[in-house]
Parts: sequence; C-alpha cells; structure tokens
Amino acid sequence: MLGRLTLHALPFYSLIALGGALVTVLAGLAVLGVVAWFGAWRYLWQEWLTSVDHKRIGMMYIIMALVMLLRGFVDAIMMRTQQAVALNSQGYLPPGHFDQVFSSHGTIMIFFVAMPFLTGLINIVVPQQIGARDVAFPFMNSLSLGLTAAGAGLVLISLVLGKFSAAGWTAYPPYSELKFSPGVGVDYWIWAVLISGVGSTLTGINFVVTIVARRAPGMHLMRMPLFTWTAFCTVILMVFAFPALTVASALLGLDRTLGMHFFTNGHGGDMMNYINMFWMWGHPEVYIVVLPSFGVYSEVVATFSGKPLFGYKSVVFATMAIALLSFMVWLHHFFTMGASANVNAFFGITTMIIAVPTGVKIFNWLLTMYRGRIRMVAAMYWTVGFIVTFTIGGMTGVLLAIAPVDYLMHNTTFLVAHFHNMLIGGALFGYFAGYQYWFPKATGFRLDETWGKRAFWAWFVGFYLAFMPLYVLGFMGMPRRLERYYVPSWQPLLLVAELGALTILTGIICQIIQLVVSVRNRAALRDTTGDPWDGRTLEWMTASPPAAYNFAVLPHVHGVDELALRKESGSHMNPPGIYHDLEPCRDIVVPNNTGAGPLIGALAFGLGFAMVWYIWWLAILAGLGIWGLLVMRSFDDNDLHVIPAAEVERTETGRLSAAAR
Amino acid sequence: MALQATGNAAAALAAARTEQEDDRALGFWLYLMSDAVIFALLFATYAVMVVRTAGGPDGHALFHLTHTAIETTLLLLSSITFGFAAIAAKAGRREGVLAWLLVTFALGVGFVGMEIAEFHAAVAQGAGPERSGFLSAYFTLVGTHGLHVTMGLVWIGILWVQVLLRGVTPQAASRLYRLSLFWHFLDIVWIGIFSVVYLPGIR
Ligand code: HEM
Ligand SMILES: [Cu+2]
Repeated sequence: MLGRLTLHALPFYSLIALGGALVTVLAGLAVLGVVAWFGAWRYLWQEWLTSVDHKRIGMMYIIMALVMLLRGFVDAIMMRTQQAVALNSQGYLPPGHFDQVFSSHGTIMIFFVAMPFLTGLINIVVPQQIGARDVAFPFMNSLSLGLTAAGAGLVLISLVLGKFSAAGWTAYPPYSELKFSPGVGVDYWIWAVLISGVGSTLTGINFVVTIVARRAPGMHLMRMPLFTWTAFCTVILMVFAFPALTVASALLGLDRTLGMHFFTNGHGGDMMNYINMFWMWGHPEVYIVVLPSFGVYSEVVATFSGKPLFGYKSVVFATMAIALLSFMVWLHHFFTMGASANVNAFFGITTMIIAVPTGVKIFNWLLTMYRGRIRMVAAMYWTVGFIVTFTIGGMTGVLLAIAPVDYLMHNTTFLVAHFHNMLIGGALFGYFAGYQYWFPKATGFRLDETWGKRAFWAWFVGFYLAFMPLYVLGFMGMPRRLERYYVPSWQPLLLVAELGALTILTGIICQIIQLVVSVRNRAALRDTTGDPWDGRTLEWMTASPPAAYNFAVLPHVHGVDELALRKESGSHMNPPGIYHDLEPCRDIVVPNNTGAGPLIGALAFGLGFAMVWYIWWLAILAGLGIWGLLVMRSFDDNDLHVIPAAEVERTETGRLSAAAR
Repeated sequence: MALQATGNAAAALAAARTEQEDDRALGFWLYLMSDAVIFALLFATYAVMVVRTAGGPDGHALFHLTHTAIETTLLLLSSITFGFAAIAAKAGRREGVLAWLLVTFALGVGFVGMEIAEFHAAVAQGAGPERSGFLSAYFTLVGTHGLHVTMGLVWIGILWVQVLLRGVTPQAASRLYRLSLFWHFLDIVWIGIFSVVYLPGIR
C-alpha cells in the first residue's frame, strides 16, 4: 500500500536528524498556525496562491528563496562546525549524515535558492522594464512556480521521512546507483530536480516569448535595459540547457527504478555519459545563476552613479558572448576523468576565453562610477563588494582552467572556495542588491538602509573569513567533502572559516531585522512616487506597487534609459508627462486568477513523493490528476477579463495626485 | 488631469486573444526546440551505447525490416492526413477536420500498437531494457518517441471533442496549428530513429 514507506522512515535513528525533522515540522505548523490565526486562508488563496500576476508570482519566488536560504545556511553552519571540531575524532555528525548535509546544502542552494531568487527578480522586473502589462503566458508562470515549490517541498520533506541523498549535489554515478545508494535519498534528489527543472524550462520559454513579443513600442532590442538583456540570455540558456539535466536525471531514475544500465558499472553502462550531460547543463547553469546578477549591478551602478552605463553595447555583446561560450566549456568540470591532453587543452582555452567578456564588464561598471555622482546606498554596497570579490573568484577560476593545475587542485577546498567566491560574491550579492533596489517597487515601501548596510558588512567580512582559508587549505591538500581529518595544521584555518560562517549568520540576522524594521516603519519608508531612487528605466514609471496592468498607457520608448531621457528632455516641467504618456485610458485586458497552477504543483509533489517511495497507485492518481487539470484548463476559453477604462482612469488619477503631493 | 477614458471591452478582448495566440505559436516553437535537445541527447546516448550489448542481443537479432517499414508508413501517412485536417480547418470545414483527425488518430494508434508489439516481443525474448546498456538506450529513445506520439493522440482526442462541441473557433484553429507542429516534429524525430536505430541494425 505505501510501497517502501514504513515507520522506519521516521528519523528516530539520530538525535540530530530528529531535531531537524522537528524543526521542519514545527516551522510548517507555525506557518499554518499564523495563517489560521489571522483567518487568512481565503486571502492567501485568492490573492496570492492563485494569482497569475507576475509581480505576485515573483514575490512568492523570492519568499521561497529566502526561506530555503535559511535552510541551506543551517546545513552550511553544520558542516563548518563539524570540520572545526573533527580533528582526530568523529566530530558530532556521523559520516553518512555529513554526506547528506553537503548534498542537501548544494542542492538547496542551487535549485531552491539561486533559481527561485533570480526567477523572482526576473518576474517582478522584466515585464515592467520592457513596458509590458504581463508575461506572455500568465498561467504557465503560476504553473512554473507550483513546480518549483513542489521540488522544494520534496527536499524539505526528505528531512522528515527517509534520508536525503548522500551523493553530493551532482549525484554522480555509479555511487548514486541503486547498488551503492539503496535508500530513497537519491530518488528524492532526482524527483526534486526533475520537477523543478520542468518548471525552469517553462519559465525560460515564457520569458523568451515575453521579451521577444511584448516589448513596448519603440523598445528595440538595443534599447532594452541591461537587466532585461541579461535576463534574456539567462532564459534562453534555461530553454536549451535544462533539457540536459532532465535527461541526465531521468536516465539515472530509469537505472534506479527500472533496473536499466545507462550509468551502472556492469551490463554496458557508462557513467561518463551522465557526467557529460550533467555538466552540459551545469556549466550554462552557472551563467543562468550569475547573469541576472550582472544585470542588477548594471542597473544599480547606473542609477546610483547618475549616469548611463558605460559602454552599453559592449556589455550587451559581452553578455551574449558569455551565453554562447557557456555551452563550450563543460568539460572543465572533469579534466581529470580521462579526456586526452588535447581535449583538455581545448576546453581549458575556451574557459579562459570566457573570462574576457566577464572582465570587460568589470571595467564597464568601474568606468560607470568614474566621475559619477555616486550615492552610496545599500544596493551600491553590494555592488562594490561584488566587484572586488568577484574579481578574485574570476582569477582563481582561470587558475583552475589550466588543466595541469586542475589535476592538483580539483576536489580540494580550493575549488569550494572558488565556486562560493562566484556564487556568493557574484550571484547572491547581486540578488541581494536587486532585493534592496526593487523592494519598494514590489511592496510600496523601501527597506531600511542602515540595517541593509550592516547586513552587507557582515556578509562581506564573513565571506572572506569563511572562504579565504579554504583557498589556503586547498593548497595544503585538504579534500572537499571531508567529514573528519588527522592533520592538525588544518584546524586553525577551519576555525577561522567557522568564525566566518558565524559572521555570515550575523548578516542574515541583520537582514531579518531589516525586514521587520522596514515593515514597522513602512509609513515613513513609503514610496508614493513610484520612482524612489531617481531611476532611469521603465519600471520606475509604474506605481509602487504597480497596478495589476502595470502601465495604464503603454509607454513610447525613444532610447536606452527612457525614463532618464524623459527627465533630461525637460518634460519634468510637466510631471505626469514623465510617468504617463498623455493618452486617454482604455479598457485593459488582464488574465483571470486560477487555482490550476498550485493544484498541479501539489499533484506534482504527490507524484514525486510516490515515485520516491514506490507508491505506484498514488503516482498514477497524481499523474492522471495533472493531465485532468491540464485538459480542463484547455477547455476554458474564458481566461481573460477586462478592467474598464473608467476604473483605470480612477486608479491613475489617484496615483498621480498622490505622487504630486 | 489629462487622463480620460475611452473603452471598448469587446475589441480589447479580441485584440488580447490574437496577441495571445501569436505568442503561443512562438512559445510552442521554443518548447519544440527544447524537446529537440532532449531527443538529441537520447540519440547521442544511443550512439554511444549501441555497441554495449553486454553479451545480449544486438539490433540484428531484434529488428525486422517489414515491421519497421509498416510502422514508418503509418506515421508518415498520418502526417499527410493531418495536413488534410489542417487544410479543412483553414477552410473552416468542421466535418473535414473531424474526419481527418479521426483518420490521423487511427494511424497513430496503429503506430503505437506496433511499437508496443515490438517491445513486447523483445521483452518476451529476454531482451528487456534491463538486459544491457544498448537495450536501455534503445527502449528509452524509441519509447520516449512513442510516449510523445501517445500524448499527441490524447491531444488529438481532446481537440476532436472541442471541434465537435464548438466548431473551428479561432482558439481551436490555433491549437490545431500547434498540434500539427508537434505531430510533424515527431515525424522528423522518427526519421532520425529510423536512420540511426533501425537501418544500421537491420541486415
Ligand atoms: C552562506 C554561506 C555558505 C557557507 C558557509 C557555505 C559552506 C559550504 C560548505 C562548508 C560546503 C562543503 C564544502 C566541502 O565539500 O568541503 C559547501 C558546499 C557547497 N555549497 Fe555552500 N556555503 C554557503 C553558501 C552557498 C551558496 C549561496 C551556494 C549557491 C548558490 C552554495 C553552494 C554550494 C554547493 C553547490 C556546494 C557543493 C555541495 C557538494 O559538495 O555536493 N553555498 N558550502
Ligand atoms: Cu563550468
């Protein structure tokens, strides 16, 4: 009846696992309790979960990312603590458990922090930046969110029922095959990745079409704001790279569930096929994760330097070059796994070439600040912190691109330091900058600056303390994924790294305080104008938060940085003219809310859960349910409604007079 | 304030729908491209695995030219009949659409049935997907295509009902267009399978 699922799945085998499970369950109950306390079920369902408004969907993505960041960070600090104490001893984590922790940390951080965070930012910002009223496929957007949440749910529940994978975030076979990992852990990984991967592919398709087809009149490609450009490259990569992950993880699933032999040791299997396909997705993924951050920095640096981005075109071409090259470097992730010297040389060189366009951008950002009227707000702190940190990470990356060096350094903590250098100092800082920058647009009030800057300093210092020692430890030969060790000279550096993780924890606490303080002071932090930063691009022409339709009148675009152009060309004599083309309001068509997205997400969670535990009847039911909902949806031709022109006019008049005050 | 309202709800809705259908065509092309990547990787996997029979049967022992030829004919014919359905839809002839979709459906069912028969025969000989890396790759590549065709059949069924109930509405016409892209795409993939899997495998 319940397949492999028995009472043994409950985590009574270890106190730490039990504690983790209890915290997960209690946190879930607490959320439900709060909703029930406020009697907010209906509000939550009608206004949020069923919403197809890209702003709300984006906010839900970001909330998911922040929650999962906390979860992933708990894993991180557990690992740091283990390595700080495990000299000549067990430490406090049993070996199998340590392996689960690094596997779930990596999986969560990539798939359920970075991906939802960047998808959320793209959702909130891109349609507004291109002067669109919505994305091309609002329902599919809500569906993507549902699928991503289903994947996150599977990872979360693996803490309560059964164990998570111990095969690392990459799940390399043959170790991840049934023979060596007989539990449910790898299956949790496979289904979480598969389901959320489908969500990401759909997001990719949605935004490629949105950017291609929904730009406002006059918004040529070469007038698109840079965040939109980087988002464009990112979503193209999603469409073409994610299928590789889908195939790799699905074939691994076939091996495990149906006994096939794609990657097994015997019977003709070949693990290298997995590793190639995984990184055919995996390297583009690196750029999927970091390009949107490049976009954020470009926007922030231009706005707070009070001048256009230096060399707009070169940044655009650099972004496209990076996107293209990102498909030609995947082999650098396994230089040591049997390719010939010439193949390694080829991929080493392409990897070094990709550093060139990236370096170009660093100079673009620096030269934008040069002689600008710089305002050092919190978003700028993250940006400047990024420029310094990312440059270091880029240089260690070029080191690793030299195959002979990689033979020495691969699988050491040098690599761990390198990729955190890129992921934290590159990607995450960018998301935080974007969070700080667009928060008022999404919610209507700014975030507290002081706490934002404190958070930055703690993260910045904490990052260096936590990861610079790992470079040194890498040179000293310390392998990654090490659960205990017998080399006394490593311990001091690992203690420094622990201190760094605690400093980062302070940063996270600052961010929580920042949120609480800002919500409390929201009246004082209110943004009535819709343009709190003296912005340069179209998203600052809408209200904060924007109306459901974003723009009452679609703006006519005349150049890069349209809003800045309008401000300079003197139409500031006539405030409405800047923010609102003087045309009559018309009826506006917007999509209806629908529960299909969250329901399909819930069923996908059920499907994944059933496949993990071999509960076949549930799998079939959930699969049929998904089909049924999709079919029902296809019979529904009334998925749009009209906001009457008179209502639009009322809203806009109210907003413009509030802004004038 | 210079804002004023002029509204025409019906026109606004109609314009939004046209825009929506155009976007859907583009979106569907993108979906097909990402699906093409999936097939490309499955082809590549097959190409690598074809020699990895692990002492089990290879293609020569399993594939039969007549069987594959009939299968191919069914699928190619179904693409032609789908073309007729599309022509009927252009002309707004509901009966034509219904009839040709039915023929297409029948041909598709024939194709899937033959594939199932082939799989069944292989498994009965002890040549199931768990036998060797080669067979895993073969079943997965051909089976993924077959699964797509099956989904196409379900989709034809749904569209058939919609056309029956509502006639050739603009929405139905645009769905039919996307379904035809899907169907022809599967044809192309099949030609790939025919040339990569069956032709070299048949004596
Ligand atoms: C916030 C502070 C963070 C700390 C203190 C931290 C710490 C760690 C540690 C100790 C490991 C294990 C290293 C080893 O194998 O020896 C690790 C692995 C990893 N981390 Fe982080 N991390 C942090 C944030 C992030 C972020 C933001 C990301 C991604 C966006 C990330 C992605 C990864 C990945 C992919 C792995 C590899 C997991 C594996 O080996 O399978 N981490 N991290
Ligand atoms: Cu890479």
